[in-house]
Amino acid sequence: MTETRMTNVPASGAGLGSGSSIGSGTGPGIDSTAQVAVTGLTIDGPAGVVVAPFDFSIAPGETLALIGESGSGKTLSAKAIAGLLPAGFSARGSIALSSATIELPSTDAVWRATRGRRISLLLQDPFTSLSPVHRCGTQIGMTIDAASATRLSREERTARITQSLAEVNLPAEVARAYPHELSGGMRQRVAIAAALATDPELLIADEPTTALDASNQGEILDLLRGLQEKRGMAALLISHDLGMVRGRAEHVLVMRHGEIVERGVTSSVLNAPSHPYTRALIEADPSLTDRSAGVVRTASGVGVTPAAANADSATGDLVVATDITKSFGDKTVLHGVSVTVGRGETVGIVGESGSGKTTIARCIAGLEHETSGVIEFDGVALATGRASRTPKQMQIVFQDPYSSLNPMISVGRSLKLALRVAGRPASDLNGLLQLVELPTDFASKRPAELSGGQRQRVAIARALAVQPQLLICDESVSALDVSVQKQILDLLSKLRVELGLSILFISHDLAVVRQLADRVYVLRHGEVVESGPCHDVLNAPTHPYTQALVAASIHEAPTH
Amino acid sequence: MTITPIARASQARSLGRMLVVRVLGTIGILLVLSIIVFSMLHLAPGDIVKNLLGNRASSPEAIAAIRAQYNLDQPLYMQYLIWLGNALTGDFGQSIRLQDSVSNVIGSRLGITAALSGLAFLLALVVAVPLGVQSAVRSGSWIDRFATGFGIVGLSAPTFAVGLLLLYVFAFYVPIFPVYGAGDGGLDTLWHLVLPAITLALGLGAIILKLTRTAMLRELETDYVTFGRARGLPDRQVHLIALRNAAIPIVTGASLVLTFLVGGTVLAETTFALPGLGTLLQGSVLFKDIAVVQALTLLVAVTIAIIALLADLAYIFLDPRIRAKESAQ
Repeated sequence: MTETRMTNVPASGAGLGSGSSIGSGTGPGIDSTAQVAVTGLTIDGPAGVVVAPFDFSIAPGETLALIGESGSGKTLSAKAIAGLLPAGFSARGSIALSSATIELPSTDAVWRATRGRRISLLLQDPFTSLSPVHRCGTQIGMTIDAASATRLSREERTARITQSLAEVNLPAEVARAYPHELSGGMRQRVAIAAALATDPELLIADEPTTALDASNQGEILDLLRGLQEKRGMAALLISHDLGMVRGRAEHVLVMRHGEIVERGVTSSVLNAPSHPYTRALIEADPSLTDRSAGVVRTASGVGVTPAAANADSATGDLVVATDITKSFGDKTVLHGVSVTVGRGETVGIVGESGSGKTTIARCIAGLEHETSGVIEFDGVALATGRASRTPKQMQIVFQDPYSSLNPMISVGRSLKLALRVAGRPASDLNGLLQLVELPTDFASKRPAELSGGQRQRVAIARALAVQPQLLICDESVSALDVSVQKQILDLLSKLRVELGLSILFISHDLAVVRQLADRVYVLRHGEVVESGPCHDVLNAPTHPYTQALVAASIHEAPTH
Repeated sequence: MTITPIARASQARSLGRMLVVRVLGTIGILLVLSIIVFSMLHLAPGDIVKNLLGNRASSPEAIAAIRAQYNLDQPLYMQYLIWLGNALTGDFGQSIRLQDSVSNVIGSRLGITAALSGLAFLLALVVAVPLGVQSAVRSGSWIDRFATGFGIVGLSAPTFAVGLLLLYVFAFYVPIFPVYGAGDGGLDTLWHLVLPAITLALGLGAIILKLTRTAMLRELETDYVTFGRARGLPDRQVHLIALRNAAIPIVTGASLVLTFLVGGTVLAETTFALPGLGTLLQGSVLFKDIAVVQALTLLVAVTIAIIALLADLAYIFLDPRIRAKESAQ
């Protein structure tokens, strides 16, 4: 298997055009101007080759996108080029920069002279990539100090930090702030300032916006694009999101299982993908294809449309939350929010982080105590807190399937515990696994042996074990790859029809809500700014904020 | 954004308020402890007056004098308040064993124990923190294996055994250090304290070493360490960033072992025949010299409370997120 990969890929690579021909064939310059040329990059893991040899080059000011799902080897490739492979992995090949050529594997001394000054790596999560106990200015200053030959005076360093911050459109006083005082978008700007303070030739950005809200994603990518053009810096953009790449990268490489399966100019790859995997990726990307009208019908197979579900709800709403206000100390996060969920209905709540969307869900679930307002379930008003709710009323599926399952006990035991709560026999276990389309032998596995999508299926099965009337999904697919997202969304729409579930679906991702929800509420700063049938709200938004969200979710880069 | 000058000022004010709350809490705990310490007198087995008389003759005059001196005829709460009032002014009564005021007895021995504990703690920190950092950074190397071995020896070897071993080797076979006593003050005393301090520091250092290594290993895995390396920061700087983030578990551990040190000095002082508080406590307990035991117990309690308070304050100093949380409350 490994051997075929090794021999196969250079051949197919040659068939599609070698790496350097991409740079010369369609780029603005010819090969000699290519600032960065990587040849024969191969990564060996503990059990053989994990990334088969591939070549690419990036001209100054241009962006090459490397696309693939998690586990495809794209992040390992990024780390190999930055000399940061984890223990047990080693790289072969060479990296030609305008100032030096690095033969892999290289020594620590070479990397010390390269990292930061010639190649910089920007990580995915701005919430973890900055040290929480150092001021932002200090962290940028560290990069400046590391790269400067002479010791800078205090004034000089401050001036250069201010300049770095200005480049990423942040005010100078951010230098005094700690990362936790800033929003996600601002943190990623600080990280960009820190990564670029030394003027590298190549920036590798590993999923730089995946952890951010939709409206921030575009801004950050455009900022990177602008900085790149200004400096003539080459960029390697690693992403799982094909839609994000449109209009923001000249060329694209598609990687699968450590092999490049397709390469070419971005627009032609997106518009006419030749490899089935690329086609699957494009199809799975919710922002590239609007399936809003189809999902419920196709998945149900029994002709239950959103309209039918709504008609059913005429018998009365399941959850009516009226005028909910919630304050933490003197900070009010919900200002009189009202949400209703009908029987069998799927309701989406959309908003950015800090909009209060999770808080309203937690109030309904009784995990937070609302400051004022009334929550009725099945026509009966519930007191605040968990004590007044029964497991059969509602269950939650959380965002992160890695932390919501107990790693020490098997899937079967987790589910049996949930069945016992509901007073159901343990023999229902197999039926429960089949319900979420998992093989029954998964019962003996532990969460660590499962993929993210499989874990989320287990989490859904656990929630459904007690046969709740309402399922609350709090960003339940946000941590998953697009193709897995689609499978989980399909599962949810199947379940709602089979079980007559009501679903309250919380997400920052309009594209995801679009696929599942009958009705949608758009939350901003703790207030509902718009609500109505999903199709109407998302296709013809009336509030400027919704319009901005919709525009941002389409992933189209503005003209630059 | 929370970085305006006004926000900073209000943050400073609420931090001040938080500080006052912590200090008041500590004082409250100490008051409760003082009640327990006071009742030691009444809970000690045997007759109070006999206990207080010690081996003096129990003539009616002596008994009357004792009853008057300890206000035994007053109601219990008055006895406590008088005792507390005296204690606060540094008057803990007379030591029956040493026929001197308790404050004199303790005062003359406090220096040696403080110097011993301080030296031992300093030695432990200076060796264990850098060794812990290096063994985490070069995990699996010879330095890591050496540190692990050192940790096992330090944790498992009893203090008196280490003390005796050091005495044999460095005071008997290779007589570079003195065998016992506290010396004549100044540098000579420091010289006399080296072996006992090493004895204490070994166990202490082993714990700090383990804590540092574990905390550092976790921090070295984080994204901000990778990002630091990715943007070309020198190794030393990256390790300092990690250490700064690992500081909270290390400070917690260090403050805990420092409180253990207070008990550990008894063994070290006995082994090396040092006239410190440890040997005083041992002798006073054996002799039922209750006034001294009360004063020492209170002293230890105050020390531990102050260490805990300092550790709490260190968290606020070390982690801006805790600072923000504290000032938000």
